[in-house]
Amino acid sequence: MHVTMTVNGNEVTADVEPRLLLVHFVRDHLGLTGTHWGCDTSQCGTCVLWLDGRPVKSCTVLAVMADGHEVRTVEGLEVDGRLDPVQQGFMEEHGLQCGFCTPGMMMTARWLLDHQPDPDEATIREAISGQLCRCTGYENIVRAVRWAARHPGEPTTAQDASQEVQA
Amino acid sequence: MQTPAPVDYARATSVEHALELLERLGPESRLIAGGHSLLPMMRIRLAQPECVIDINDLTDLDYVKVEGGELCIGAMTRHAGVLDSPVVGEHYTIFHDAERLIADPPVRNRGTVGGSFCQADPAEDLAAVGSALKASVVLRSSQGTRTVPAREFHAGPYETVLGDAEMLTELRVPIRPGATSAYTKVKRKSGDWATAAAGAYVVLRDGVVADVGIGLTALGAPHFCAEEAEAYLVGKEPTEEHLAETGRLAAQACNPRADQRGPVEYKLHLAGELTQRVLRQSVARAEGRA
Repeated sequence: MHVTMTVNGNEVTADVEPRLLLVHFVRDHLGLTGTHWGCDTSQCGTCVLWLDGRPVKSCTVLAVMADGHEVRTVEGLEVDGRLDPVQQGFMEEHGLQCGFCTPGMMMTARWLLDHQPDPDEATIREAISGQLCRCTGYENIVRAVRWAARHPGEPTTAQDASQEVQA
Repeated sequence: MQTPAPVDYARATSVEHALELLERLGPESRLIAGGHSLLPMMRIRLAQPECVIDINDLTDLDYVKVEGGELCIGAMTRHAGVLDSPVVGEHYTIFHDAERLIADPPVRNRGTVGGSFCQADPAEDLAAVGSALKASVVLRSSQGTRTVPAREFHAGPYETVLGDAEMLTELRVPIRPGATSAYTKVKRKSGDWATAAAGAYVVLRDGVVADVGIGLTALGAPHFCAEEAEAYLVGKEPTEEHLAETGRLAAQACNPRADQRGPVEYKLHLAGELTQRVLRQSVARAEGRA
């Protein structure tokens, strides 16, 4: 089946089998491997991306269902070489260790902050409750989202951020 | 890697179109809404439809409104939409209590009310809410429209009275002035299916229960309800003693199975206890205490 959708602002088209899951379409057909593929059972949430502006688990959506719709993946957070404050927050507060859950966590966090710019800890924990992290005990992820909430207007270039971390 | 078996795909542009596709493609075709029950079953090949008919474009079925003394929720309303609806909360807090406990936020962004009802999972939360509220569902086919009580819609685990070329378009709940309601659930972890859950509404008049509905899920209660328990409580004051007996009768309506979530005795205990808790909570809300 022929599908056309907008992914991170760019129109993409492809021929896919109807049974192909959106997570595999994004990773294998578009090469956007920032979205991770985890449990296959809509439990772990590492495959979360935005479909029409809302976080969804892309292992439980058929690629053909996204035909004509708008997708935003973790690659869409950085704009013109500037990190999203959520990405910056994860660096500042050590919000990742192995990094496997990170793309889903960040996509959910961005959506939360777009709708509630100053969420308390309980709200953050509820927002990420559909996502599993096996490294951080969630503490640093909550801190990372809080950091992003405190620094909404301070996008940093990836290069600056990387230098800062090295320093 | 879990991949669905090869399947055809069609996209419906209206309710009429969806019904026409169902008739044309036959009983091996399935409507797909949020897909958060059907797709997992297709991945492990428990479900193997020949064609899925995508109804996500039917945004005219995504609504909450009050009409003719009933709270009406369109079949394509997402769980998140129910949770965000002040109109729902104004009439039946039970929906908000339950929705907060259904899966997790990304799943709730996708899963729909109609899909939850039609999947007929024996641990479905909204099925218990529908039964508790003595709701009804509107079913449409090319032959016409019929309204079925929620307590008659589910024929058993994963089975409904829905015809092959019929679709659920709306959930309707009679608005009962003064009714208060609540839902609670015991689960193993955040986002899990219920180990056991209960919901209820009460209408109090002069301190006496004038009307009550009790719904139970994951407990093997036929049609997710406990009619004897309801009949017992009507006309009585909601004292601890009466609530305890109501809980005992509700547990009697249940026939749970032992599984990894717990043994039968535990689940029967939960049936009684959770029934009491939601009744107590509903009464507290009626009295403005909660």
